[in-house]
Amino acid sequence: MSNVPADLRYLKSHEWARLEADGTIAVGISDHAQQALGDLVFVEAPEAGRRVSAGEACAVVESVKAASDVYSPVSGEIVAGNADLGGQPELINSDPYGAGWIMRIRPDDKAQFAALLDAKAYEAALAADTH
Amino acid sequence: MPFIPHTAADVRAMLAAIGVRHTNDLFDEIPEELRARGLEGVPPALSEMEVGRLMSERAARDGRRLNFIGAGAYEHHIPAAVWSIVTRGEFYSAYTPYQAEASQGTLQLLYEYQTMMSALTGLAISNASLYDGASGLAEACLMAVRANRKSTSQRILVPAALNPTYRSVLRGVAGHQHLSFEALPFDPRGGHTVLAGLESYRGQGIAAVVIQQPNFFGTLEDVDAITNWAHENGALLIGVVNPTSLAVLKPPGQWGAKGADVACGEGQPLGVPLSSGGPYFGFMATKSEHVRQMPGRIVGRTVDLDGKPGFTLTLQAREQHIRRSKATSNICTNQGLLVTAATIYLSLLGPRGLAQVAAVSMQRTQELVAALTRIPGVRLAFDGPRFHEAVLLLDRPVGPVLAALAGRGIVGGCDISRHYPALGHALLVCATETRTLDDIETYARALTDVLAAAAAA
Repeated sequence: MSNVPADLRYLKSHEWARLEADGTIAVGISDHAQQALGDLVFVEAPEAGRRVSAGEACAVVESVKAASDVYSPVSGEIVAGNADLGGQPELINSDPYGAGWIMRIRPDDKAQFAALLDAKAYEAALAADTH
Repeated sequence: MPFIPHTAADVRAMLAAIGVRHTNDLFDEIPEELRARGLEGVPPALSEMEVGRLMSERAARDGRRLNFIGAGAYEHHIPAAVWSIVTRGEFYSAYTPYQAEASQGTLQLLYEYQTMMSALTGLAISNASLYDGASGLAEACLMAVRANRKSTSQRILVPAALNPTYRSVLRGVAGHQHLSFEALPFDPRGGHTVLAGLESYRGQGIAAVVIQQPNFFGTLEDVDAITNWAHENGALLIGVVNPTSLAVLKPPGQWGAKGADVACGEGQPLGVPLSSGGPYFGFMATKSEHVRQMPGRIVGRTVDLDGKPGFTLTLQAREQHIRRSKATSNICTNQGLLVTAATIYLSLLGPRGLAQVAAVSMQRTQELVAALTRIPGVRLAFDGPRFHEAVLLLDRPVGPVLAALAGRGIVGGCDISRHYPALGHALLVCATETRTLDDIETYARALTDVLAAAAAA
């Protein structure tokens, strides 16, 4: 069973989002997603300053098995991409909710964050997926 | 014998099984007015013997003309060993086999090819080739727009001195994918792209700058300054290069302070015959940092479970069988057989052999220019340094002059006046190592006569 921290929000497409103290939202992919992808070999994180809409593909994660888009959970401006992933994509495998964060976004509207799935709903979605 | 596996009885049985009376009924959905009613202008079928005879008669009519035309495809000597190896059964395949378990020979050859192209271009990564030089440049432009993450624009600066066919293919392939191309003027005396032409684009978020070295006129560009300008202005630099010239000119990977981001071009000069325009192959090389945006196939060297070295396709997550519509290109194949020829050609010549081809071609072109510009009514268009082509200006329209030369068995060059009307009666000429001093003398005498006769008429 994969780890689904209770204090984060989620998308059905397996991104997680965390509201930081400075009002920005950190985004990564869930433990379930990194397990399903297998060993990551490349991550393309977005450039700071880029405008994104909720649901827009704005990063790419590539594993030995597949390449997948990462979708933005909210509309806003990219504040940072995780530069460490350039040399160490495996951070997503080892620490998906910590050092493996992919981007930080300054949201236009925090209500979009509040409307994302909570841990229980995401776990339910995962359970529904496996049946 | 018809090469169709289904007999008339098979077809009747299949139609009966699905309740259709006639095969044509399967195409009912296509409106009547859109249907082709047979092919017009196609003569009745001929037997193999008749076709063979017709083709040898036509080939004989082509004859062997003395060729002084380049303009993107070049007549070089091809050692006989090249095509006798290429046409061996092991290589002579209708399609490139990529299965690592069955194709180590082909994969190793492609790997060697990539290594040679990487050495020639001075860039870390080469793909296994593309269709041709012009479509390769279109792919390079699409790639640069994806790879340049600092720029959100899709504007690309393209020299007017870039091969006009390439400019047309760029618009045809990439113009419909939202890229826009803006022309950089050339110096009317030197024939090179002017740096001042770039200045008006400073601060405009240009995604990439294309430069051809040598350019369509054969003139050498100031690639260092143009590369530096591109990088200072947040643009990527795409170099379109002649692979033969790379044996003597600075490789794109060393242009300016940081080197070109992508180098591409036409591979035909490396062991591929002119053969009426194709098939040829395109090559492309790039810096490591852009590899995931590169189109085409890439062969890598690895080890198997037992630690034995082997070759296999690599970085396939860029390709359409994995990334679907987000693949780096919808062309994820290569020109295997022509690349085989190029690899064998380069192995036989070696770095010194290729440098000799380049140096002798330059020398012959200098001699050609010297011989032709002594003729009244012929002068040199540009005084800049050049590789193995030059633009001449005639005192009268080029078309009739070329026609008169053709009557004497000479292909006198490429009439570029329709592409560059401002130049006047402009003729692009080329002499490679395959032209002798006698050939040049023959051309000079013929041109003298033709121009004198035209002046007297």
